Amino acid sequence: MGPLSSRLFALESRRGWTVFMGLAAVLMVVVPVLNLAVPEDSWLHVPTFWVTTLGKFLCFAMLALALDLIWGYAGILSLGHGAFFGLGGYAMGMYLMRQIGERSVYGHPELPDFMVFLNWKELPWYWYGFDNFAFAVLMAMLVPGALAFVFGWLAFRSRITGVYFSIISQAMVFAMMLAFFRNEMGFGGNNGLTDFKDLLGFDLSASTTKVGLYVISALMLGLVYLLCRYVVTSKLGRVLIAVRDAESRVRFLGYSVTRAKLFVFTLSAMLAGIAGALYVPQVGIINPGEFTPAKSIEVAIWVAVGGRGTLFGAAAGAVAVNGAKSLLTGIAPEIWLFFLGALFILVTLLMPRGLVGVVRQWRERRAISKASHSDSHVSA
Amino acid sequence: MIDRKSRDLSGNRILGAAALGAALLFTAAPVASEPSEADFHAALQALDTKKFQQKAQAIEHLGTLGDPRVLEVLESLAKGRLYVRKDGRVVIAERSGKKYIVQDAVSGRPESEASKKELKKIKVNNRLRRLIRGVTGQLALFSDDPDRRIKAADNLSKNPNPQILTLFRQARDRETDDAVRAKLEVGIAMLELEADDPALRLAATATLAETSDPDIRSLLERRLQTDAEPNLEIRDTLHGAIETIDRKLWLFGIAENLLFGISLGSVLLLAAIGLAITFGVMGVINMAHGEMIMLGAYSAFMVQEIFRSVVPPELFGFYLLAALPVAFLMSASMGVLIERGVIRFLYGRPLETLLATWGISLILQQLVRSIFGANNREVANPEWISGAIEIAGGVTVTLNRLCIILFSLAVVAALAAFIRYSRFGLNMRAVTQNRSMAASMGIRTGQVDALTFALGSGIAGVAGMALSQISNVSPNLGQNFIVDSFMVVVFGGVGSLWGTIVGAFSLGIVNKFLEPVSGAILGKIVVLIFIILFIQMRPRGLFALKGRAAGD
Repeated sequence: MGPLSSRLFALESRRGWTVFMGLAAVLMVVVPVLNLAVPEDSWLHVPTFWVTTLGKFLCFAMLALALDLIWGYAGILSLGHGAFFGLGGYAMGMYLMRQIGERSVYGHPELPDFMVFLNWKELPWYWYGFDNFAFAVLMAMLVPGALAFVFGWLAFRSRITGVYFSIISQAMVFAMMLAFFRNEMGFGGNNGLTDFKDLLGFDLSASTTKVGLYVISALMLGLVYLLCRYVVTSKLGRVLIAVRDAESRVRFLGYSVTRAKLFVFTLSAMLAGIAGALYVPQVGIINPGEFTPAKSIEVAIWVAVGGRGTLFGAAAGAVAVNGAKSLLTGIAPEIWLFFLGALFILVTLLMPRGLVGVVRQWRERRAISKASHSDSHVSA
Repeated sequence: MIDRKSRDLSGNRILGAAALGAALLFTAAPVASEPSEADFHAALQALDTKKFQQKAQAIEHLGTLGDPRVLEVLESLAKGRLYVRKDGRVVIAERSGKKYIVQDAVSGRPESEASKKELKKIKVNNRLRRLIRGVTGQLALFSDDPDRRIKAADNLSKNPNPQILTLFRQARDRETDDAVRAKLEVGIAMLELEADDPALRLAATATLAETSDPDIRSLLERRLQTDAEPNLEIRDTLHGAIETIDRKLWLFGIAENLLFGISLGSVLLLAAIGLAITFGVMGVINMAHGEMIMLGAYSAFMVQEIFRSVVPPELFGFYLLAALPVAFLMSASMGVLIERGVIRFLYGRPLETLLATWGISLILQQLVRSIFGANNREVANPEWISGAIEIAGGVTVTLNRLCIILFSLAVVAALAAFIRYSRFGLNMRAVTQNRSMAASMGIRTGQVDALTFALGSGIAGVAGMALSQISNVSPNLGQNFIVDSFMVVVFGGVGSLWGTIVGAFSLGIVNKFLEPVSGAILGKIVVLIFIILFIQMRPRGLFALKGRAAGD
């Protein structure tokens, strides 16, 4: 075994790997098989709509992982992660837009409908190259990464921490929202990018494509999770945890806090960008609504519900909260905000370590009571 | 003249006539344009003819007299209330039952009632009515009401012709009101710009250079461009006049931006000042701050509704005064609830506080939406703050905006005084500076925290009451202010009231100056980016607190 693969195996305990592989098998094999191979009238059949919804949740889980990486491990609470998610989504949306070509309403071979509508004559320079899938995917990571790098460099260099960072990251996403709402920006304004037809030649409305996108999302989630594990178990990860707990002390010990934070922040933004890029073809639209500050704050509660600083919990929290959202908005939409608000309050007050923390506590308590039980046996 | 004055004393035009008399006495008007009493009388009697052609001439003649009484005569004529009495005098009469109530057209004095037989109506047709409309339009220049005179001068200067010039001159010579006179002077100058006499043209140019009206500027420019002005010296003066007007317009533009900027700044200040206390003094990030503003606005709405149903309508305008304490108490008690129920468990964990208060804000929004509905609620402006006032050069400001500027300053002043001079303010400052030392001195820090939070929230509520006067009251009201108010506090310097004031006004003014250049939204984006960059340079804002409070 090479050093890398042994390092990989060391990422999780034996039990961890079992759970990970089990989940991967369920998500990547069982769900698609239940959708594609099981006849529709069978009770075992999973409708395509559910598959796509689950795929969406997996993208959110990726976004939650990205946030957990910086909040849970480096103590940086970004309230602007929606910006990176949205930028990744827009990059993918631009590719999908270019793929429509002459099938659009106005039938212009190059310009998307909204540009024809605005009476634009040629493609703006920043739309060049987005007809190439590889370029679009690259941009979905590089653009959020570059923004995070510049923003992070400015912020960490002047040692903006804690709530100050949160507030200016919120201002950033707010500014992005205002900018993308403008028609003149060339990103479709209010309506955003939509009416996508196909991706790499696969029809987006076909259920096989949808299941395919779902499987890719699950695969990417797994890879992103392992990457995050790799980062947090590395030496850099330990520096990050130290920064979270005592920033000045780490600086005095001679580590470059700025560089460590900048690296992890940029990485996190790129992961958020990937999540956005996978999200857009599944929901079929990207608009400036993704940049509303409220959406970015919501990501924080996914992480908090699952348990920050646990990665696994963050992903689970994202799926759990969004599942509850789908369920509740279906039954009684007005209850959802009460529920979400209560979740914010109760989780921060009563379970600061999230669901994972609750489970751990419960397990520890059981172990202690078992130990004391056997103790009393011995003494008796 | 004295004669007429004394005769008119009994009429209902005493004031106007006295003013007119005074004007005639004190102005060195050219005698030729003054109508004599006999003239008026003769012109009036000339209406008593069967021929419409002659009536038209008489009406036009009346119009040139510039006598204020003509207005009433012509209006009566148009309404068919002008009669000739048996004795041949022209009178104004109105039917009342079987009789006619009669009034002398010259003196305006009531006369004995007349029966139908005694009166002969002076008939008008549509052509004459049109003519009368035109003439009365000019005559409004001589009306008793200065506002009406100004309006008439405005209307008439839009379609200049030589006749109007004589009319304006007449009107100017007997004008007593400075504002109307200035208006007339400008109107005359606009017409004299085309006079044959170069001296007149020169004087007119000089008069017009005093104005600051873009229309007049383009008039002058036209004069130059069409080469209508042959005299070189006057051309130079015209150039100069245009420059003068440009400079003035530029200054007014700046003044307007400044005023609107201050207005926006006062809104920002109101929204942020409560936050400056909770965030600045206590270090608590209250994401539900916007909802405290919203609660204040809804309190104003509720008080308004109560006033509408309970209080007599003439007292309705005072609902805002009643809403002030209600809004404060409403938001303050909600603040205490939040502080005691949630925030006090989270001191020292600012990020968690942020998330928990965000949850509170979601709940409050949904609560208000469930109770009042998602639609905008209308909160009426009381009469005493409705309307607008014009500051020189066409810069107008609505009264409610002005009130908000004053109100925001009053709130800040009251707050500053409270913190500076009251016992509680002293405790508050002590806890801010050094919590544990304050505690060991016997200050109950928990109580101070709760009350400080209540104070900040209550002020947000008062701000909401004020903002209900200029913005829509909806469950989302608070969300519109939350990012802005955080920006103000962070930009100005956390923990500094002074910084919040400077921050609010400078952001407001910068925003308004950017707007014409870049458009409203882009301007806002630029400001946001500017703040993000600014915080890099001064992470603690413009006015950072020095000493222990700032270092953590």
